[in-house]
Amino acid sequence: MKFSYYPGCTLRNKAKDLDAYARASAKALGFELEELSDWQCCGGVYPLGTDEIASKLSSVRALAQADEKGQSLVTLCSACHHVLKRVNDDMANVEDIRTRANNYMKLDKPYTGQTKVLHFLEVLRDEIGFDTLKEKVVNPLTGRKIGAYYGCLLLRPGKVMAFDDPENPQIIEDFIQALGAEPVVYPYRNECCGGYISLKEPDMAKNMCKTIEESAKGFGAEALITACPLCRYNLNKTQSDLPVYYFTELLAEALGVKEEALK
Amino acid sequence: MQRIGVFVCHCGSNIAATVDVKKVVEMARMEPGVVFADDYQYMCSEAGQAKIGAAIKEHNLTGIVVCSCSPRMHETTFRSCAKRYGLNPYMVEIANIREHCSWIHKDMQEATEKAVILARAAIAKVNLNAPLQAGESRVTKRALVIGGGIAGIQTALDIADAGYEVDIVEKTPSIGGRMSQLDKTFPTLDCSACILTPKMVDAAGHEKIKIYTYSEVEKVSGFVGDFTVDIRKKARSVDATKCTGCGVCQEKCPSKKTPSEFNRGLGNRSAIYTPFAQAIPNVPVIDREACIKFKTGKCGVCEKVCQAGAIDYAQQDEIITEKYGAIVVATGFDTIKLDKYDEYAYNQSKDVITSLELERVMNAAGPTKGHLERLSDGKAPKEIVFIQCVGSRCADARGKGYCSKICCMYTAKHAMLIRDKYPDVNVTVFYIDVRTPGKNFDEFYRRAVEEYGVNYIKGQVGKVAPQPDGSLLVQAADLLDNRQIKMKADMVVLATAIEPDPSVRGIATMLTASIDTNNFLTEAHPKLRPVESPTAGVFLSGVCQGPKDIPETVAQAGAAAVKVIGLLAKDKLTTNPCTAKPDELLCNGCGNCAKVCPYGAITYEVRQINDHGIREERRLATVNNALCQGCGACTVTCPSGAMDLQGFSNRQLIAEVDAICR
Repeated sequence: MKFSYYPGCTLRNKAKDLDAYARASAKALGFELEELSDWQCCGGVYPLGTDEIASKLSSVRALAQADEKGQSLVTLCSACHHVLKRVNDDMANVEDIRTRANNYMKLDKPYTGQTKVLHFLEVLRDEIGFDTLKEKVVNPLTGRKIGAYYGCLLLRPGKVMAFDDPENPQIIEDFIQALGAEPVVYPYRNECCGGYISLKEPDMAKNMCKTIEESAKGFGAEALITACPLCRYNLNKTQSDLPVYYFTELLAEALGVKEEALK
Repeated sequence: MQRIGVFVCHCGSNIAATVDVKKVVEMARMEPGVVFADDYQYMCSEAGQAKIGAAIKEHNLTGIVVCSCSPRMHETTFRSCAKRYGLNPYMVEIANIREHCSWIHKDMQEATEKAVILARAAIAKVNLNAPLQAGESRVTKRALVIGGGIAGIQTALDIADAGYEVDIVEKTPSIGGRMSQLDKTFPTLDCSACILTPKMVDAAGHEKIKIYTYSEVEKVSGFVGDFTVDIRKKARSVDATKCTGCGVCQEKCPSKKTPSEFNRGLGNRSAIYTPFAQAIPNVPVIDREACIKFKTGKCGVCEKVCQAGAIDYAQQDEIITEKYGAIVVATGFDTIKLDKYDEYAYNQSKDVITSLELERVMNAAGPTKGHLERLSDGKAPKEIVFIQCVGSRCADARGKGYCSKICCMYTAKHAMLIRDKYPDVNVTVFYIDVRTPGKNFDEFYRRAVEEYGVNYIKGQVGKVAPQPDGSLLVQAADLLDNRQIKMKADMVVLATAIEPDPSVRGIATMLTASIDTNNFLTEAHPKLRPVESPTAGVFLSGVCQGPKDIPETVAQAGAAAVKVIGLLAKDKLTTNPCTAKPDELLCNGCGNCAKVCPYGAITYEVRQINDHGIREERRLATVNNALCQGCGACTVTCPSGAMDLQGFSNRQLIAEVDAICR
């Protein structure tokens, strides 16, 4: 099984480990992540302006390249996934954006949103299967109480992202269970961490993150896992005693490839 | 050759503002067969009809075309007008130049052109019309009411009091419906049971009313005045003629873990049960899915303890076939499922309940014996939050676009009752708008605010988050104060949207009654015929037609009863003569028409015919005019073109199309 892979800028800097653990885990699970050549920054935020396409083009290039190879496009970072998936939806459904992007790109074959954009977690759920994952676990995380932190970007807008039920998601809980740990369900797991507001009004983001962490701790979580570098950054800023890991770190640990991943 | 008169109506400015009526008259005069054409401001008025009458006499008209509103509106008016002046009513055609033309066009030239074409088509058809004679059919003087809630009970009582037989079919083991689950009723706060149970007793004791509980309508055939209905009387496993209603069987039944439907799943019931103490009939049923005897063959406790020997494990479902002249649908409502509203944590917390569940909690016979307590730990709540419009007035596909109409008032009632009985409990209501039109309704809501100190906040709740300590954190916006609110609550009550009871879909299909996108039954006319279905002989009572409170439901139930009485008072009904008619020389007896007929009106018989001097026996289609509804399915199916619809013959329709394409 081979997928096109779009790592994104953060995974080259602050979140190198998110990427490294994912690659090692993929290998252990028997699928290949083939990095796109010359990928560019997705922009980090989905551009809501409808009158310009420039900020959407880097996503279109990545999507079109995967299409040329006939592969699904896999992402890890919540923000990249969000931008790519929504731009892809525009290319499939918004005639104006599709026409203008194609006019500009002058591709051999027009791109009309045919690439399937998958988050790494969706690959685990839908392509590998959590049951298979469970079988491949060599170091089950037995007894560890872990809270899933989804944030907003993976879940909303629910119709476009089609990731899971935005009000009551289940996928990361199932993932935690497959690793042998105990998922802790708490009501703030799908609330916003504050995102980029942490640059302008750090206290606001801190308060939002505290609510999330207090709630998770209150229900017995000993650690949180997330797919988003920005969420992790904001959560760490509160300096609470609740550790926040990338979900791939726990995955690599359970699969017994954590050590070699960082070599 | 026909002598046709054309009458073009202005409909005030409804038509005349967009269609040049003089031009339509002028163009109509040039059509073949037309000997007279004129226009008038309101053709349907007395003066307009007199004009038609005068023209019939003066010009010896044999057919007329009225260019006006939809035939659904005034076809009957003009047909009876023609009849009054000696013309066969089926020589009247309507060209709909209002709904199909003036109301949907803006450009006068285009609209006029279209009106001329529509008139031309109608004229072409009248040229081929033949006088038809309406037949007669009998009226069975008995009505069926489907649903035994307050709507069905009231309709049945009103029909029965007028002296006609009525049967009520109710799918649950008792009549009473949703109203029997309510504690108090707005705006007078009288207890629901106190005003409902006497009506239930009246219905049960009425000599003209027969009640089939634990029964469902299974098949409907026939037509207005002469329906034949199969009712499945489900096996109660208890002989109603022997049971004394003592209740010992329910006490002794060892299977007591089935969620009680009547208490909305908040408490359990036994496998042999009556839904509530005042149930009518007071005869229990055995839920065979839950009964140990039925599941394993071992038990039989109820049979042993029953002094009357009424338990009958061998009882079978029974099909009762009965004839009715009219059918009233009164199937009521249920609250929507809240699976898609996890932001309110209904599925996550026992202390988040629906308003209907709160009715059971507040009721002395309910799961908490009427004590207001949290269902998770039984503690008394100090802070209660009500959330309005959960699933109502919802723009996305999760909920319903409409206003459920009753929630503003019952929430005010709940808030007031709680503040009255437990003055130390704080009550907050989050709303989009407070809608309280209705006699003494707004006064009632203001009392909740002003006298009882209920805290109303305009704004929607975004999240209800269960806290580790068992409380609930409610996050909301205060739109008037423009601020975000986070408040702790011990209980949250959701004013859940109501929708028609799911059973209505199957019933509508059986009755060929139409339903809208929300599964509410459609009225024959939204303003002028609000209690009749477009299907003749089918009437609507209660929430199955649209959201309603109790006073409105009772009023509509009475109105439906009056319509039924008006129908049953007739000895004969005139039937529609526009029925299918086979040409026996063309029919080859293939049987296709009988297969597609939805009314079972076509049969085959072997008859001797004379085909151009050749006498022989042939298998031929025969139409029962009493059953035929004139739908035309057979005419398009017939491979040899033998089947034709009187009044809508193939020749007439082709002539219309030709006239339009000319």
